[in-house]
Amino acid sequence: MLIGKQTWEFRNKPVIIGAATVVGPEEGEGPLASDFDFTYDNLEIDEKTWEKAERKLLEHAASLSLVHANISKDQLSFFIGGDLMNQIISASFAARHLMVPYIGIFGACSTSMESLALASFIVDSGGANYVLAGTASHNCTVEKQFRYPTEYGSQKPPTAQYTVTGAGCGVVTSTGSGPRVTHATIGKIQDLGVTDPFNMGAAMAPAAADTIVTHFKDTGRSPADYDLIVTGDLATVGYEIVSDLLKRDGVDMSLTNFNDCGLMVYDLENQPFVIAGGSGCGCSAVVTYGHILKKLKNKELHRVLIVATGALLSPLSYQQGESIPCIAHGVVLESE
Amino acid sequence: MIFFWAFVIGGLFCVVGQLMFDVLKLTPAHTMSTLVVTGAIMDAFGLYDPLVKFAGAGATIPITSFGNSLVHGALTELQRDGWIGVITGIFDLTSAGISAAIIFSFLAALVVRPKG
Repeated sequence: MLIGKQTWEFRNKPVIIGAATVVGPEEGEGPLASDFDFTYDNLEIDEKTWEKAERKLLEHAASLSLVHANISKDQLSFFIGGDLMNQIISASFAARHLMVPYIGIFGACSTSMESLALASFIVDSGGANYVLAGTASHNCTVEKQFRYPTEYGSQKPPTAQYTVTGAGCGVVTSTGSGPRVTHATIGKIQDLGVTDPFNMGAAMAPAAADTIVTHFKDTGRSPADYDLIVTGDLATVGYEIVSDLLKRDGVDMSLTNFNDCGLMVYDLENQPFVIAGGSGCGCSAVVTYGHILKKLKNKELHRVLIVATGALLSPLSYQQGESIPCIAHGVVLESE
Repeated sequence: MIFFWAFVIGGLFCVVGQLMFDVLKLTPAHTMSTLVVTGAIMDAFGLYDPLVKFAGAGATIPITSFGNSLVHGALTELQRDGWIGVITGIFDLTSAGISAAIIFSFLAALVVRPKG
């Protein structure tokens, strides 16, 4: 049910009964390596094109999450997914194999939490028994689509981020054991006029700040109510900006652990090629479904707010000089 | 001494390119095109030839040299053949570079497949 302006409170507290993460070699060398279910040792993911590689990551994560949930794909009511490709081909093509009713969404890198929020809402309202939510990204597909072909070897400024190669999926249902989804705050588009696609963190930070502030307003909570609050993929530049914006709005983030998935997924010192940090649909997905969910399960964490951020530009809008509209969706997970 | 000036002038072209990139926030494609056009305009005013004499490869290697060659070929054939020379001469001096790009791309495509 709706509380405040844009937050859903899930009365029945849907459960994530199974989840899985599959990553590429660079994420497998990062600090969260042990939290991922499967690590490919090659960036090609044993496929011939980068697009097929991205799709395979999603298909692999989806089938593993069904195994972890101990259900068959026939029991799934819906699959809600999306990705960063034009016409969300990774999710739609992966859905071709799943053969379950499919809701394709596009929220750029916020797709991870957008899909989880929608899945939880559908389950909570009795619209489905089991819903699979998931997303994926591949470094080379995204570089090609949004920046330059990798062979071109274009220089990158220090604000640039590195797209995570990985997929994360979760199965949401009404009963069972596992971390529970209690709230979701759907974000508003924020566009402060940033036009530089090599500075996504700065573009997305206001959206993250707006969703976090609104979440506290709608729920009457404060940062102290959470063990951990993470943003999706703001990386070093955006993380600093969102911290400043929240301070300006009087939100004391020192009462909680405040971090960013883009800073958690890589070791910024020993993996300097990631520049400012991780990004992409897979970034918040693998950190949430891999790292955070495991910590909730073994009760190291009790209540977490994940605010996945998305930059809703297209290559065409950028070439025509348009600024980058951004969004952030927050989801609250609690341990049992 | 020409090695010294080749180093300095070639480096200066690169500094200008990097500044266009970092300060003016131009894309790689815009940066490259602007430098080509700059070389073409410099040749129109007769400035590029003296620079090549002065700095050697420092002026012939950077992309500005391509603009210079386009205009240079066109002007040479303009004088020899009249106005049609502007059309036929543009790729006269640059044909080696363009043909090499096509031929070597073809050879590379036989062996490897680009993925982007």
